[in-house]
Amino acid sequence: MNAEELALRAQGMADRAIALALEARAAAAEAAPLVEQGAAAAEPFLLLLTIFLLACFVGYHVVWSVTPALHSPLMGVTNAISSVIVVGAMLATGLADSWLAQAFGFLAVTLAAVNIFGGFLVTRRMLAMFQRKG
Amino acid sequence: MAHTLSTLAYLVASVLFILALKGLSHPSTSRRGNLMGMTGMGIAIVATLAQPGMSIGGIGLIIAGLAIGGTVGAVIANRIQMTALPQLVAAFHSLVGMAAVFVAAAALYAPQSFGIGVPGNIQAQSLIEMSLGLAIGAITFSGSVIAFAKLDGRMSGAPILFKGQHLLNAALGVLLLALVVAFVITGSPVLFWLVALLSFALGFLLIIPIGGADMPVVVSMLNSYSGWAAAGIGFTIGNLLLIVTGALVGASGAILSYIMCKGMNRSILNVLLGGFGAEAGGAVAGGSATHPARPVKSGSPEDAAYIMKNAGKVIIVPGYGMAVAQAQQVVREMADLLKKEGATVEYAIHPVAGRMPGHMNVLLAEANVPYDDVHELEEINPEFVEADVAYVIGANDVTNPAAKTDKASPIYGMPILEVERAKTVFFVKRGMSSGYAGVENELFFRDNTMMLFGDAKKVTQQIVQALQK
Repeated sequence: MNAEELALRAQGMADRAIALALEARAAAAEAAPLVEQGAAAAEPFLLLLTIFLLACFVGYHVVWSVTPALHSPLMGVTNAISSVIVVGAMLATGLADSWLAQAFGFLAVTLAAVNIFGGFLVTRRMLAMFQRKG
Repeated sequence: MAHTLSTLAYLVASVLFILALKGLSHPSTSRRGNLMGMTGMGIAIVATLAQPGMSIGGIGLIIAGLAIGGTVGAVIANRIQMTALPQLVAAFHSLVGMAAVFVAAAALYAPQSFGIGVPGNIQAQSLIEMSLGLAIGAITFSGSVIAFAKLDGRMSGAPILFKGQHLLNAALGVLLLALVVAFVITGSPVLFWLVALLSFALGFLLIIPIGGADMPVVVSMLNSYSGWAAAGIGFTIGNLLLIVTGALVGASGAILSYIMCKGMNRSILNVLLGGFGAEAGGAVAGGSATHPARPVKSGSPEDAAYIMKNAGKVIIVPGYGMAVAQAQQVVREMADLLKKEGATVEYAIHPVAGRMPGHMNVLLAEANVPYDDVHELEEINPEFVEADVAYVIGANDVTNPAAKTDKASPIYGMPILEVERAKTVFFVKRGMSSGYAGVENELFFRDNTMMLFGDAKKVTQQIVQALQK
């Protein structure tokens, strides 16, 4: 193998390396938004999960401090506040462009409203009884 | 900007909900707490209505739904009798469960409203969260319906058992999991409704084997489920308020279930597998079969009135039977008369007395019993020794001394109210039947026990009349 042949082969290899590098750059450019998207999708979920777990701890500590005499009103209040699902129902009713989703939203709003008013008012009745002293 | 404002409003509402629970640490702060809960809910609703992009027609529908549901809820809350509270709470839980199912369905048909995709192409993660909210919501719904029917006497409170029950439930559970996986992969509405249907069936099957007196655990557990369902929907639609509130409610229900189980010295699994008290318990335990005719002392209300008139300290032990007989008012009248005679009167409440946590406390409060007179088990047990009279009305298993001594008894190890230490025990009861656990109460045969046979309310009324003479 003479020097000229060697130089030609080296040049061929260099050309291929450049082509590969260009391809890699293109692929990276293509992948970048995907990676970002993935991270963006994972991040809010982790954030929500963090908040969820912290709220579990808050709930745990707050509920242990509730006096046993008021465990029935506790159920009344937790029942009423769990109807906060009404927020999801309202968004579905107000934002959806599908009549089916709107119908489901409306039904959910109605059911949750029974609970909100019923739950808070029955708790108020219970607590009023604890207020009067004999 | 508008979005930031609504997020801020949701944060405020979350904090108000936490404070609402916090307020329940004492009766004096509890009403303010309830008010904070209402305020939080009001803020959440207004902030949601003010979100940008809400259609006029949609807002109209929302207001209509709130008005209809709100009216129904308010009327029910004002009319319900306090003895019917457990079934009311069960019914309310079922509504939260169903609402969760509907919101999940709305998110399936209009995912773009929640920014989780377009119909037919929803992100897999959102589909997982959606099926969680859906399944827990559906189980909460049908489970609560059964709990309601049992508590309301629309179906027998006796456990319903059949061969292969647990195997069937396990198989359905596995099938549910498979359907959820298929739903997440395909996003097909047909699979969505199959998951819903199967969850309804599972909720139904899970609650039917559980007997009436285990209902405090069931009601607490469904309370917990309704919270987890709300949290599941919160994850689906990415809403902080739903997640925080769901977690609070879920934790609260779980703690109550734990307290109830501890009050019976049973594991949650043991309660959930059900069938407690269904077998002929008398044959196994308490030795009732071996002592067919043991002597029992019984007396008249007048005898009881005479003894109580001379008592220095009386402890009243109410149970579910008092609620059934609606005797709380007349019990308080009796206590008032005894106080006039110079006796101290106190009330002892077992953690699982009644059909929901704190049930007895509410009934006594309704009858105007001062809450300082009402004591929990650990507090009152040392006082029975000093008591001249223990008046057991509508309670049974929770006073059975066999729970401390008889290792063969199904209720062995359950913490009991130690009424047998009082000088005289009056036991108001219709007849000699055993309690819920199917165990005969050792207390009936003690020398210091006097049975007062009859309806709880009538017997107490007769005592009141005798005391007034």
